[in-house]
Amino acid sequence: MSKAIGLEVSLAIAEAVKQANVDVISAYPITPQTHIVEELSVYVANGELDAEYIPVESEHSAMSAAIGSSAAGARSYTATAAQGLAYMHETLFIASGMRLPIVMTVANRSLSAPISIWNDHSDIMAERDIGWVQLFGENGQEAYELSIMAFKIAEDHRVLLPVCVNIDGFILTHMIEPVTFIDQARIDEFLPPFKPALTLNPEKPVTMGPVGVPEVYTESRKQCEQALWRSHKVVREVFDEWYKKFDHEYKLIEKNGDLQGKTLFVTMGSQGETTMNAVENLQSQGESVGQVRIRLWRPFPREEFLEAIKGADRIIVIDRALSLGAYSGPVAQEILALLYSQEIRPRVYNIIAGLGGRDVTVNDFKEMYAQALKDSLDPNYTIWGVCSDAK
Amino acid sequence: MANLALCAWQKLELGTAITEPGNAAQLKTGDWKTLHPVTDQEKCIKCGMCSVYCPEFCIHEDSEGFYPADLFYCKGCGICANECPKKAITMTMD
Amino acid sequence: MLNSSALENLEKITQKNMPKEDMISPGHRACQGCAEVLALAMVMRVAGPNTIVANATGCMEIITSPFPQTAWKIPWMHVAFNNTSAVAAGIEAGIKALERKGRIPAKKPNVIAVGGDGATFDIGLQALSGALERGHNFVYVCLDNEAYMNTGVQRSSATPLGAMTTTSPVGSKFQGQQTWKKDMPGIAAAHNIPYVATANPGFHLDLMNKVKKALTVEGPAYLHIYSACPTGWRSKPEKSIEISKLAVQTNIFPLYEIVHGKLTITKNIKKPKPVVEYLKTQRRFAHLKEPDLQFIQEQTDAYLARLQKLEADSASS
Repeated sequence: MSKAIGLEVSLAIAEAVKQANVDVISAYPITPQTHIVEELSVYVANGELDAEYIPVESEHSAMSAAIGSSAAGARSYTATAAQGLAYMHETLFIASGMRLPIVMTVANRSLSAPISIWNDHSDIMAERDIGWVQLFGENGQEAYELSIMAFKIAEDHRVLLPVCVNIDGFILTHMIEPVTFIDQARIDEFLPPFKPALTLNPEKPVTMGPVGVPEVYTESRKQCEQALWRSHKVVREVFDEWYKKFDHEYKLIEKNGDLQGKTLFVTMGSQGETTMNAVENLQSQGESVGQVRIRLWRPFPREEFLEAIKGADRIIVIDRALSLGAYSGPVAQEILALLYSQEIRPRVYNIIAGLGGRDVTVNDFKEMYAQALKDSLDPNYTIWGVCSDAK
Repeated sequence: MANLALCAWQKLELGTAITEPGNAAQLKTGDWKTLHPVTDQEKCIKCGMCSVYCPEFCIHEDSEGFYPADLFYCKGCGICANECPKKAITMTMD
Repeated sequence: MLNSSALENLEKITQKNMPKEDMISPGHRACQGCAEVLALAMVMRVAGPNTIVANATGCMEIITSPFPQTAWKIPWMHVAFNNTSAVAAGIEAGIKALERKGRIPAKKPNVIAVGGDGATFDIGLQALSGALERGHNFVYVCLDNEAYMNTGVQRSSATPLGAMTTTSPVGSKFQGQQTWKKDMPGIAAAHNIPYVATANPGFHLDLMNKVKKALTVEGPAYLHIYSACPTGWRSKPEKSIEISKLAVQTNIFPLYEIVHGKLTITKNIKKPKPVVEYLKTQRRFAHLKEPDLQFIQEQTDAYLARLQKLEADSASS
């Protein structure tokens, strides 16, 4: 393995996609994803990557073209964010329902209105149920490595589903971070060329996307659901193989701080790094506090999560999106639902923090901790830092 | 509920694809019709225009050069009779 | 890119050598007398087995693919209503990359996108424009039956002036479609693509030869095919081809092609019939009154005159 270099995380993702030797890239510009596909277009223009680059006229077409190219048997990639992801919405279900292993980076960004280019998880939380494997990266190295692993997970014949790698917009995509690239030969050994199961091939004609009459629709959805559940094991296997080959360990649920902490923060995405600093700070003051980071969001790794929070008295779930009209944010809803069947349940506090790029500091996490200990947080959820002083 | 399903989900092809090309040919659309074409072979000049314009693709040349309709598929639309330049085809009640 | 002389040197499809092998099986569920599925079948007979089809949501998708049966004998894919051109673009790009990289045999299959008028004029126009502009080597086939037939005959921007649909009803204040049909082939041609043509299954040899040309040119081609719909037009099923022919004979639907920007009318009607002869065959026009008929006649004549001028300009340039 070569030495770490400092570069923008978007460029590290582009490098990963290049090393994955994709066949087709279809992309439409949207902040903060653009640097990834700009770099890819340069690779293609310079002949460093032998791929077709389709500069489509919308995100809807970006995903539609990826569906077409993947069905033709080509390794296909796209990237988007926010409105672009929302614009893709209907096609996202189709990509998974048709079992097409497309890989997409989502540079997570808030949804309009008001229009905001800054980071939160509103975009992906509106797409929870699309039937894609959904991973979260926290730093540049992870963004690079997960982007390569995503293809391996997607194309595993037990899975054959699209995979989305979530990378926080700006906070991660535009950050200069130290990243160590892996030699191409070793990537090739890890990731062989895509071997599709069914393709649009005149030698062996298939009809893809027939009308799902009531006598088959339920079974069709069941097939997709089962593939997504199967991916849980495959993600773990791919992480294990990565660890063996490249000595960098990934878990579906990551932990740090006091592993038996009385209070645990639950985070997802790059904000976890700030939380980590707060946890270390609190620990140094003698507090029993730790952190659980959700790496795999779909399919949700229930057993791993329950194991990770075992023994905690209270958990503070940080959500980066509102679920309007519900009694908690989307991540907290997930956790509350799976705790219901448990005999021993920690107290759950839910904080919606960092909407639309609002900064959340180490001190904010320490204040959340203090309020949780005093039980002074809203029993449903607290929108952190919202200005409510109308005077 | 399960008895309303065509097959178990495990039996479906990937993404519910259909891998038997043209198997719609199993479907008997012929029972949609109330009229069927009858050709007067005396008038027929074997031009095949009925075949060209048949939207069921069920009129093909036979060994004698005539163009009989396959009544398994014929929906009885009557285009063949209407387009026949010699008015050799009559739509007849089934 | 092939020039127009290369197109002229193509062997012509005639009544004798016309391809007859169907790529769509019988047993499909089109309505009685559907000229749309007939037009589609004619396109596919020319395209042959080395073809991949991307089909927009619509009548042709529904009638050929209810699980577990498919009428398609060639690879076919339906994704959604509005994105067929993008899907076709992806297929074309995928095949191109895989053939170049030697991962599949280089057989250069035809890639054909199929959409109705709703999928073409309205909801899929953006994706179509994008794919034409980017220059993908594919053929877009618009099967124009002049309304949203699959959902129960609602008006589209392809619905002709005056036509009654379920959303352009005959009311006491307004009667039928209030707008003139969008010039979709003109829009396609404005992308400066190598080949644009109008076609009609009533003129099957003209149609088939245009398909052959569309498949031959390098780059995007757009075929606009008139598709009579007895259900939506309230016409008699047996009259579908007769009506199709009348559409051309009255200049309601002129047949022309635009090869690298040069327009040629491929079916000159020496003595055009009055449009009323066409309109009276369909009950969707039954409410039209004399001034309406006169207006439609004038507009039809004016449109033909515009085409003739374009043809003359093409010839002199």
